[in-house]
Amino acid sequence: MRIGVDVGGTNTDAVLVDGRDVLAEAKTPTTPDVTGGISSAIRALVASSNVAASHVQAVMIGTTHFTNAVVEARRLAPTGVIRLGLPATEALPPMVAWPTALRKAVGGDVRICHGGHEFDGRRISAVDPDELKRVAADFATKGISTVAISSVFSPVNAEAEQEAAALIAQELPAAAISLSHEIGRIGLLERENATIMNACLRELASQIVAAFHAALAELGIDAPVYLSQNDGTLMAVDYAERYPVATFASGPTNSMRGAAFLSGLGDCAVVDIGGTTSDVGILQHGFPREAAVAVEIGGVRTNFRMPDVLSLGIGGGSHVDGADVGPQSVGYELTSRALVFGGDVLTATDLAVAAGLAEIGDPERVAGLDAEPALARIEERIAETVDRMKTSADPIPVVVVGGGSILLRDTLLGASELVRPQRFAVANAIGAAIAQVGGEVDKVVALEDTTRAAAIEEAKAEAVEKAVAAGAERSGVRVVDVEDVPIAYLAGDATRIRVKAIGDLDLGRVGVAAGG
Amino acid sequence: MRLVGEAELEDIAVGAAILGTGGGGDPYIGKLLAQEAVRRYGPVQMVTVDEVPDDAFVVPSAMMGAPTVMIEKLPRGTEVINAFKALGGYMGREPTHTTSIEAGGLNSTTPFVVAAQLGIPLVDADGMGRAFPEIQMIVATMHGVSATPMTLADEKGNSAVIDTIDNSWTERLARTLTVDFGATSMIALYPMTGKQVKAGAFIAGTIGLAEELGRLVRETRAAHGDPVGAVVERLNARRLFGGKVVDVARRTEAGWAKAEVRIEGSGEDAGSSLVLQIQNEHLVAIRNGEIVCSVPDLIVVMDAENGGPITTEELRYGFRVVVIGAPCAPDWRTEEGLALVGPRYFGYDIDFVPVEERFPR
Repeated sequence: MRIGVDVGGTNTDAVLVDGRDVLAEAKTPTTPDVTGGISSAIRALVASSNVAASHVQAVMIGTTHFTNAVVEARRLAPTGVIRLGLPATEALPPMVAWPTALRKAVGGDVRICHGGHEFDGRRISAVDPDELKRVAADFATKGISTVAISSVFSPVNAEAEQEAAALIAQELPAAAISLSHEIGRIGLLERENATIMNACLRELASQIVAAFHAALAELGIDAPVYLSQNDGTLMAVDYAERYPVATFASGPTNSMRGAAFLSGLGDCAVVDIGGTTSDVGILQHGFPREAAVAVEIGGVRTNFRMPDVLSLGIGGGSHVDGADVGPQSVGYELTSRALVFGGDVLTATDLAVAAGLAEIGDPERVAGLDAEPALARIEERIAETVDRMKTSADPIPVVVVGGGSILLRDTLLGASELVRPQRFAVANAIGAAIAQVGGEVDKVVALEDTTRAAAIEEAKAEAVEKAVAAGAERSGVRVVDVEDVPIAYLAGDATRIRVKAIGDLDLGRVGVAAGG
Repeated sequence: MRLVGEAELEDIAVGAAILGTGGGGDPYIGKLLAQEAVRRYGPVQMVTVDEVPDDAFVVPSAMMGAPTVMIEKLPRGTEVINAFKALGGYMGREPTHTTSIEAGGLNSTTPFVVAAQLGIPLVDADGMGRAFPEIQMIVATMHGVSATPMTLADEKGNSAVIDTIDNSWTERLARTLTVDFGATSMIALYPMTGKQVKAGAFIAGTIGLAEELGRLVRETRAAHGDPVGAVVERLNARRLFGGKVVDVARRTEAGWAKAEVRIEGSGEDAGSSLVLQIQNEHLVAIRNGEIVCSVPDLIVVMDAENGGPITTEELRYGFRVVVIGAPCAPDWRTEEGLALVGPRYFGYDIDFVPVEERFPR
């Protein structure tokens, strides 16, 4: 039996799952410290299900802690930033385009040192141990204990980053070190930005993991904790402490994964309608499609894997003015400010009640309200957003989840069918609970001594091993994604291969390090 | 003369993406480089073509290389000083001004790095009035200005001078050197006198135009106005079509990023369709089977909602866009100009007809 929790901006949702059966669900308000909301959601869940806490085998949590910390520029650790690339790259130092407040919060102690590679694997310059020792000594006197290291073309050749990491670890044994080739893709500034974010969150990650353990212990749950990653897989807490950025945007991912599970559909659009916004994403083979372009977080461009999500300002709490809906919303005050709850604001939820789409609050208070024009407008805008996310004009199935999904009727333009599964309101927590573990390989291969086919087979085997090492049951591991892109403009034959393998968590041997 | 700083560069980058007609490279890195340079060395003096003395030595500067490498191996910043020094040494004269090879895309802002660092003025002009993919596709070619002597430099301190017998050798040697430098280099080429610039070897005012376009988009957007309409008016362009992208078919052919894009009309264009043919840039627009605009006139695809220019790589199904056609620089409409950049050069067996005639208002 496992518990899935998803922390949203308004609500914290929790579900209890046994195998593929959802036994109970709970919804509580999100608290400012986040952990308090998680505790009360789990407490409510345990109370309503009559299941002994000792029967819980694993707890999966999707949390917004880390995204919030960056967006609010709070609780970030002073970070040392080392870029290897001299004499190249000096014209644009690390953190060059960061908003001042965020840069200040991270400390922004940046150094550009020797190292790095050319596109074809030649070294730009050798890593200089003395130079790095001086930097480490300087970081030590400043009390910096988390370091981000990036290197030119490290996704092609990671040697320079690894050499530098070993040197820094020698000088600063207690330092947490984040390496850019493990976090982002080609595109130095964006990859470096993501790595710096990861580095500045690592202290917070340790604190949060400790808080989770304490909260669960208090509830009498003695089970391993996993965090949701933004690709729809889980990571064990020790991995989460090293790669906190992997949790960014795990909320929409959990909703989409939950929608896939509840509807039984693997290829479809998912519309998650919350209190303030609707998120639209696309499932491919059961996993969210990844964004192809740079994604901004807290005003900073990053390029690590993120779900491709389009948001629009329509939710259950959206203000309604004539046929106009949103983007202003009453948010978490829905149950006091909406008309049906005795409030004085006409919200989208009131429309749904007036049209007989939902029975919430007091329908008498909206009797005679003409909801048709505004509901039609909501439908039109959501259909438009789904259409923008599609890759062709062919109609596709659309799954609607989230508390605000009562706003849609039974059809949607451009949808081959509109599916509103059971337990749609807690799809996100279900997505967290049913998440699997994965292994990913992303490398550039020179095709001089090998063929493309052989290189792909080798990468597949590597990905499967990684998934097993992360805690997957070997028998069930399957390769879900193979991408092979010849590298344009470059001399010689090189190709970039990305392979992802996924498998169910082996509950019989929980406790092993799960990763990506 | 006026000063250009960080804020102006922000606008220039947006305008450069409009003039880039879908190509020319992502102006983002170029903008950051220029903004960082003016932060370090102070704002750049931008002069009009009229203000350039006849005996000035004007040397355009640019970044050359593979786009994927440009976003990874960032420049040191001093490459261009070496490129200018090498050219000065070879020609026996230090450059007094720099300017832009192409106002569209990445290289619209590159010369600001040079100007800020060397403390020399930048001439408000460019060689194309838009973006084009090959080194000889600049109006200076028609004014008898040669691309060489040209210099290339890397971040390690290497530089090279090439002096060639024709443009295909220039392209070939420059490419080979650039790959050896690590697939990116800073280049100085098409050295000219002030007199040549004034005689029309470069197109006057195009960087200022890019800035104006960027500002128009920003201001009309803030005022909830119509950014597309503002750009159409400023460029004396035609609004060719509005609708939704329904198909993008891409292929790579002989080094070209080719694509054919189908747009289905909406609003006043409902029931019609537009096909865009693309080779790095948008080259031909065909509305209901009839050509409405072709290279060298500018075909710009803009986001229907916010007026932001959309590059060919970004285009995909579902985008709501407005396509506009703008007249190119008059030089390109001559027989000589069309031989360099007309539809036939790009492999389309069609005559060039100005967009104003193909698509009367």
